[in-house]
Amino acid sequence: MIEAARCIVRRDLLLALRRPSDVGTALLFFVIVASLFPLGIGAEPNLLRAVAPGVIWVAALLSSMLSLSRLFAADHADGTLEQILLAASPLGVIVAAKVLAHWLISGLPLVAIAPLIALQYDLPAALYGTLALSLLLGTPVLSLIGAIGAALTLGLRGGGVLLALLVLPLYVPVLIMGAGSVDMAAAGLSPQGQLQLLAALLVVAAAFAPWAIAAALRISTE
Amino acid sequence: MLEVAALECARQRRTLFAGLSFSLGAGELLRVAGANGSGKTTLLKILCGLLEPDAGEVRWQGTPIRQLREDYTRHLVYLGHAPAVKDDLSAAENLTIACTLAGRPASPQQAQKALESYGLPATGVPIRRLSQGQRRRAALARLLLSAHAPLWLLDEPFAALDATAARFTQELIARHVAQGGAAIYTTHQEADIGAAVLRVIELG
Repeated sequence: MIEAARCIVRRDLLLALRRPSDVGTALLFFVIVASLFPLGIGAEPNLLRAVAPGVIWVAALLSSMLSLSRLFAADHADGTLEQILLAASPLGVIVAAKVLAHWLISGLPLVAIAPLIALQYDLPAALYGTLALSLLLGTPVLSLIGAIGAALTLGLRGGGVLLALLVLPLYVPVLIMGAGSVDMAAAGLSPQGQLQLLAALLVVAAAFAPWAIAAALRISTE
Repeated sequence: MLEVAALECARQRRTLFAGLSFSLGAGELLRVAGANGSGKTTLLKILCGLLEPDAGEVRWQGTPIRQLREDYTRHLVYLGHAPAVKDDLSAAENLTIACTLAGRPASPQQAQKALESYGLPATGVPIRRLSQGQRRRAALARLLLSAHAPLWLLDEPFAALDATAARFTQELIARHVAQGGAAIYTTHQEADIGAAVLRVIELG
């Protein structure tokens, strides 16, 4: 069981490595979206500092969603999804491994690059830690929730748009806690409450989402 | 081993089959024949549990397969219409991943040997650069490492294969059945597998 999960993580990372453009586009998208705001709303430093947490979090949300539609669609197209459904390990464990790989490819790079974006917004260096920590706790939740949507919209025409409509509202709590924690820290208060709520969201999502994803996959491959 | 009771399946309001019952024991080979669109692939997908039948039941050693889930799929090898290989990985990588997922990890040496006996080059070229027939061989090479799985469900195993590879596949299936396994395969062309017990279901 552990072996199958490790095999899936290694496989998806290897595939991403062989096709680096897929990873690159999501990351570049994040950078570009976050860079458009200063151009649009002007270079007033106080304003930028105020909107930075929200903008960075929204950009992370969109970027993580961008790569979701490919999560199961590629496996569905070449028939490997059938083999995953027929694997000797519980489907929930295997999809959890797939989500972990998705997060390592699309979520973790955002955590690493976020301080660089924050620099653009003149965010005080003291907030970098909170920003990175909130993304570190929040982006796995995005991958987990998003994967449910990806599994449900698998094989549908226009699934990409439907996926966005389905998943974005569910991202709202993560966005509020994530951006909120940085705002709190900026106001000189402790962001601990928000971060703990994010961590709680992560625990709940990690425990239940894989089984929901597995059920959704079984429904949409019928 | 496998019992099928009063299976019924309809697609787009057209009944593909109804009241289909059969059982398959150790050492038995079943060929599902029929024209294109007669429901061969659908039947195979129902038998491995990927699809739910509209009525009826598939049982593995007396228990319905929907209750067994992994305890059933562990005992079978299903090779579907698509070769189920990743274009960006090499044949050996694909094979070891497939074996690990099936719960029987294979060593790189075993995988290499299986691929070589199927006439595939022992290089790391990605599947993308191989021909259709070679992809098919890369997928079928799993059969060489699947002697432990008693039930083989093969959807058009001879499609896109040349005569040599097709004969090799037939021999593999015959050997599996002779050693007490069971196999169900679909084909619309006559394929001669020298097995002791061969039955044919004609759909449509």
